[in-house]
Amino acid sequence: MSRLLRFHLGLAATGIVLIFALRLIGNDYAWYTGYVILQYVLLSVAWNVLAGYAGYVNFGTAAFFATGAYTTILLTKSLNLDLVLCVLAAGLISGGLGLAVGWLTLRLRGVYFSIATLSLAVVLQTLVVNWSYAGGSSGAYTMRPQGNNLFGNYSEFLFVLMLVLALGAIAAAAWIERSRLGMGLAAIRDDERAAAAAGVPTLRLKLIATAISGAMMGMAGAPLPYYASYLNPEAAFSLTYTINTMAMTLIGGTQSWVGPVIGAVLLSALQQGATVTISSAGNLLIVGGVLILFVMLAPKGILGLVQASRGKGGAA
Amino acid sequence: MLDPVLIVNAIVSGLLLGCLYAIASMGLAVSFGMLDVVNIAHPAMMVLASFVIAGLCSQSGLDPLLTALLVAPAFGFLGVGLYRVYHHFFEQSGDEAMQGLAFFFGLMILIEVSLVLIYGADQRWVETSYGGHTLSLGPVDLPLRMLLPAMMSLACIGALFVWLRRSFTGRAVAAVAQDRDALRFLAINPIRIKAVAFGISVALAAIAAGCLIVVQPVDAHSGHVFIGRILAIVILAGLGSLPGTLVAALLFGVIENLAATLWGPAWSPAVAFGLLLAVLTVRPQGIFGGAHT
Repeated sequence: MSRLLRFHLGLAATGIVLIFALRLIGNDYAWYTGYVILQYVLLSVAWNVLAGYAGYVNFGTAAFFATGAYTTILLTKSLNLDLVLCVLAAGLISGGLGLAVGWLTLRLRGVYFSIATLSLAVVLQTLVVNWSYAGGSSGAYTMRPQGNNLFGNYSEFLFVLMLVLALGAIAAAAWIERSRLGMGLAAIRDDERAAAAAGVPTLRLKLIATAISGAMMGMAGAPLPYYASYLNPEAAFSLTYTINTMAMTLIGGTQSWVGPVIGAVLLSALQQGATVTISSAGNLLIVGGVLILFVMLAPKGILGLVQASRGKGGAA
Repeated sequence: MLDPVLIVNAIVSGLLLGCLYAIASMGLAVSFGMLDVVNIAHPAMMVLASFVIAGLCSQSGLDPLLTALLVAPAFGFLGVGLYRVYHHFFEQSGDEAMQGLAFFFGLMILIEVSLVLIYGADQRWVETSYGGHTLSLGPVDLPLRMLLPAMMSLACIGALFVWLRRSFTGRAVAAVAQDRDALRFLAINPIRIKAVAFGISVALAAIAAGCLIVVQPVDAHSGHVFIGRILAIVILAGLGSLPGTLVAALLFGVIENLAATLWGPAWSPAVAFGLLLAVLTVRPQGIFGGAHT
């Protein structure tokens, strides 16, 4: 118990240190960069709940992410709801979406689930493009409030919101790894038939994992309309989110929540630099290349490399 | 009020479109359905081939359909090499489920981004001498830019069927889909057979590319819409059933074209993917498939 408490205190302390460090830098660009990096930490940790723990590949990251973003657009437009409430609603709706897709396809072999999530992104994008209230294909503007009660600067508020979400996701992922849910998912990943034969309720556990993962992705997308001020379907459903999330997680390593965090911080920091210096297409080329190299040469990611070198060191 | 002539024309052009979908799906039916290699980069390879064909045609003035036949063997050899890499890194270690999928996904992104970087985001197309001509059978219009690729597609699919039934290697490919280990008893190396078959699936992508560039202009991201379409067709057909793939592709073309005529073309991607989701939910073994899981 004290270990758990120490872990949570450590997370909170990291968060507070980050906020103060960025306050020292004190310009909008720092908040923006931090926001993007944390957004990918959240997405990668979420993706890993399904991929790393249960062994199911989700190609629909962009679909869940955009569902969150469009939940905010619709709720702001219709009810003028506060962003924090929008984030919660986005979590509920994307989680429900995950549950629905999972219920439709998780009884099949894993690859069908992957294909279904890929098509989910296209179906939802077509719906949004044809939905004029949500802005249609030309997109929607979201007015950003001048400031916030607690934080003078709205960029800082968005950063802190994403920070809280990312740390919350890490805490949840760490909890899942130790819980019966995590053990059941690991059994599914290693051998689904054997797990089912041993009495693991495979479908129920997979559905819970899909719902949690989807909810986290939706929450990651919810602040996007305020961050970007203008959002069109092409940007919200961009395959870039899917490929980045996947690459970050696989490069970091899928065995625990540490992998996606390492991968997301490394790769998105690199990208923030690369987008300024190289073009955004060149950026994606690097990500794709690094992803292929890692899955071929280091299938367990950076975590696997670290563990392997440690294991050797201990033996010697 | 629905005009019957409009509907008949929509069905006929849907059938012609279906022939294009058939040749595009046939490669995936071989790789995904028969070899169990989930090559989601297949449409990206098709787009890559159509860029190559467009480049060759604009330089030499050759017909794109003919060029496709010339380019196909080169793509076939590329496919054989690619399968060797895939087998070495993923199939051998049993990591194909997640790492292999990520590999092909990364490959798809690499192809698309490279095309954007080299050629820009513009559309590419080829002018053909028959492009503007239309054959009319009474009220039914048969534009040659649809009819000729459709005939080429059917001819290649026919050749594929005959090859799979008659030739020794073709029958070995069909056998490797059913029982890989049984081939070893016949002193045939299943890995070599799978490499040949994968090469053929990539060569089919090149032929589909020739048909595609005659039918419509292509840009670097044209593959995205095709991923859903051809996966839907292959799954709808029941994995690995090639005649089923042909029927499913024709059906698919007709449904999509009718939807576009009735509700507008903006909805046609949703038709494709919606149908895929419906098939996965209701009958994942496909219409023509047996108890294949």
